[in-house]
Amino acid sequence: MATKKKAAASGGTATRAPARKASDAKTLERLVGLGEAVSSESIGGRDPFVDIPTRALSNTNWNRQRRILQMGDASQRRNLFNLGQARKFMQTLLIASGCKELIEQGKTLSLRSMYYKTLHTIAGTREKTFSGQEESDPIIEDLEVAMGSLREELHVFASERGKVVGNLTIIDSGDEIDLRRMGTGGYAIPSIVEPSVIRFGKCEAKFILHVEKGTVWARFNEDRFWQKHNCILIEGGGQPPRGVRRLLRRMHEELRLPVYCLLDCDPWGHYIYSVIKQGSMNLAFESERMAIPEAKFIGIRAGDYQRYGLSDDVQIALSDRDIARAKQIAEYPWFEGKAWQKEIQALLRNGFKMEVESLITKGISFVTETYVPQKLSEKDWIE
Amino acid sequence: MPGTESPTLDPPNSKAATPRSAVKPKRRSGGATAEEMSQRQREISVSEFFAKNRHLLGFDNPRKALLTTVKEAVDNALDACEEAGILPSIRVALDPISETRYRVTVRDNGPGIVRKQIENVFGRLLYGSKFHRLKMSRGQQGIGISAAGMYGLMTTGRPVVILSRTRAKDPLHEVVLKMDTSRNRADIVSDTERPDEDGVFAEGHGTQVAIELEGKHLKGRQSVDEYLEQTAIANPHARIEYVQPSGETIVFERAVDELPPETEEIQPHPKGIELGTLIQMLERTEATQLGAFFKDEFCRVGPTVAKEISAKAGLSDRTWVKQVGHAEAERLYNAIQEVKVPAPPTSCVQAIGTKTLLSGLLKEVRGEFYAASTRPPAVYRGRPFIIEAAIAYGGDLAGDEPARVIRFANRVPLQYQQSACSSFKAVLETNWRIYGLSQPRSSVPVAPLVVMLHMASVWVPFTSESKEAIADYDEIRKEMRLALQECGRKLQTYLNRRRRMARQGERRSAFLRYIGEISRSCGELTGRDSKAVYDALMQQAESKTAEFDLILDDEGRVVDDGGSLAKDDGVVIVEARQAPIVRDGSGEAEEGDGTLFGDASAKAAGRSAARAAKKTRRRTS
Repeated sequence: MATKKKAAASGGTATRAPARKASDAKTLERLVGLGEAVSSESIGGRDPFVDIPTRALSNTNWNRQRRILQMGDASQRRNLFNLGQARKFMQTLLIASGCKELIEQGKTLSLRSMYYKTLHTIAGTREKTFSGQEESDPIIEDLEVAMGSLREELHVFASERGKVVGNLTIIDSGDEIDLRRMGTGGYAIPSIVEPSVIRFGKCEAKFILHVEKGTVWARFNEDRFWQKHNCILIEGGGQPPRGVRRLLRRMHEELRLPVYCLLDCDPWGHYIYSVIKQGSMNLAFESERMAIPEAKFIGIRAGDYQRYGLSDDVQIALSDRDIARAKQIAEYPWFEGKAWQKEIQALLRNGFKMEVESLITKGISFVTETYVPQKLSEKDWIE
Repeated sequence: MPGTESPTLDPPNSKAATPRSAVKPKRRSGGATAEEMSQRQREISVSEFFAKNRHLLGFDNPRKALLTTVKEAVDNALDACEEAGILPSIRVALDPISETRYRVTVRDNGPGIVRKQIENVFGRLLYGSKFHRLKMSRGQQGIGISAAGMYGLMTTGRPVVILSRTRAKDPLHEVVLKMDTSRNRADIVSDTERPDEDGVFAEGHGTQVAIELEGKHLKGRQSVDEYLEQTAIANPHARIEYVQPSGETIVFERAVDELPPETEEIQPHPKGIELGTLIQMLERTEATQLGAFFKDEFCRVGPTVAKEISAKAGLSDRTWVKQVGHAEAERLYNAIQEVKVPAPPTSCVQAIGTKTLLSGLLKEVRGEFYAASTRPPAVYRGRPFIIEAAIAYGGDLAGDEPARVIRFANRVPLQYQQSACSSFKAVLETNWRIYGLSQPRSSVPVAPLVVMLHMASVWVPFTSESKEAIADYDEIRKEMRLALQECGRKLQTYLNRRRRMARQGERRSAFLRYIGEISRSCGELTGRDSKAVYDALMQQAESKTAEFDLILDDEGRVVDDGGSLAKDDGVVIVEARQAPIVRDGSGEAEEGDGTLFGDASAKAAGRSAARAAKKTRRRTS
């Protein structure tokens, strides 16, 4: 990461540094505030605490008007003098002071590196501050919500996933990257895609096609779909990480491009769509910066089996877990629209799921040459 | 068998339909006539009967035979000593003669047996002082030791050798006996009088019996070793020396220097007898009138009650006993059931007592917590009895195995037929879960636990002659349950207390460990000195876990005042065997318990090594 920063510093852009500085100052102020609060509580002879907004379905609200998921007001108080919370309290403060150091030095670390940065044996014991990354990751998320700061603002990023190609030029840390000339590999989407890192250049594309995974994306890229149909082709490796979601949102908003999603016909595909559309429960506090309420789901639809006369071989029977998940999703208020209720019912009625790859049975390039163009021209989608 | 009728050869379907006169009954030629059969019919002596049915007495197999022999001899020895007011010192030796043959020698320091009674006591079945009376004693029927001698004679052909001396100034008698099973008498092989030159009886009196028999010695459950260990638990006033077949000697030392209080003999209680017994008593009594009969032959019957019983039966207390026939006896019997009679006196049963019970358990079972409970006397079928329970918990006991249940009747361990025994059933039906132990469905709890149950009574209702299991009576089971519940509640109190203390310890150590990290992080966030925060938090931690300070001394050892348990006579806590409570993370870390709530197994191991060094059992070879 250090190299990236260096490139930024040398090739640097005038607009970048101040934006970053402003957000850094705000984050720093919050972190110091946390330290001050704990100090004064302690010295005042009171049990110090951190209030952490609850990240669960119970504290997730569906904002019908804005069509996004938002976090409620519920929070949990984490105290030091509570046996069940003492360790987490200590870890929260450790991470906070680690983030402060990162911001001050202007460096960024991955979640895993952050785990190593705060990992040590507590003086006088053999107990480690964290027993593994699975213990430190949730604490970082806790701190994000508690500080009201984004992970990027804390100078921490998640592992990178997702690629993009298309009729667009971007400027990443000062490097101009032509997404039309990315060969077969595509441009790997970084986890931080804020304007301070990525700016958009020349764009001819008219829409964005988001596909579920790399294999499907490779098919579209090989067939030069984005060139023929003048679009941006993006992929999120299953459940899209924040970088992908944020980039989608920025392109949608700043370049005014509609987003179409091509996902598997199963409850997990449906949920990926909903995450892109209105945010996830875990990161509901970031929905405002991530959600794309206008995103459209073009397929695979349960009815496509009949419509395209697919063979029996593509059916994958729904497991008990799939059925339970489908029913659970049908209950979410943001799926209450008629079209979606019908779609989920059709899936359950079929009793099987289908992957995007199942269209291969109709021809190698059926999906790129027939399926998607047809759906788009007929405006056959649901939202 | 000669007396059995030969089976009919008629086809089954015609059997009932055919008139008896129509077909002449077939008779096997050469069948015995009634006269011939009568010549073969004769009295079976009791000893002959038991010779054939030795399993009834506990001689089913060589292993059990060895145990039963030791048991009968030791029970007799303890009874004799106690009755004579002597603190028992008993020596048991198992000498292997060959792989399948042992000589069992049991010696006591009791009063000895006068010469002319020796052949009766050791040579006749159903001869003894204990059968006819209602008094609490180990032996009851007078079968045991002579049956053992008989078994020895039958399996090895070797006679029983008895040494006895009644007074220091009298010579020692050596009598060699052979049982004559057909006459239920003993044949004297040799009879010598000699001075006690070898010093067999150090105190000048005592009895020694040596029986050679076919046997098998194995350790473990249901072994001689287990029997002696359990005997030592229930009889801490006895010193028992055990010379094992290997030649090693184990000594179960005496833990209390007081004999159990003497018990009184009582007369039967009217509610406890059956009709046949009543008729027999009426036949044998010396009283002439009913009133006197009831007053003399029963306990708790005064003139008023005697009058009431007689009147209810349509008789009077002046009715002549001779005129009472079967019908009247039956009316009397029914009247007894209806009339209110005070409970029998309880002076005839003596509990071991919680204190003695605990000292016995304490010296043979290595737990950390002991509780005992003695129930007040109760009555079943007119017979008084007392139930006692004791438990040992924790310490060196294995925690992942089912609890061990040890059962006693009149201080005698019961080792066989556990699942048929009322005591065991009482342990099963007690809900140990509510006391904080895990207990699989219809099973004993799985915990580091030993449960002991004792029934003391003038007549313990065994399920068989071999005295292995206590029969089921509601009254007995109920008392057992209540005694167990009392012990369970004490255990629960103890466990809760330990848990609370451990929690306090965990809390403090957790807080203390984290305060350093927290204050340093705070300092880094605020850019100020972290000392003030550190000191303030330390002070808070100490005051918040102040309760913990009260029960720990400077070395982190528990100084527990024991709470309510400390004032309870029925509870003993052995602190040295308690698992240590982790107090302070900073101090313990170097010793090797790294995790926050980790155990301190290293420390515990060190302690058990120290304990092994001062074991109470001495071993010499």
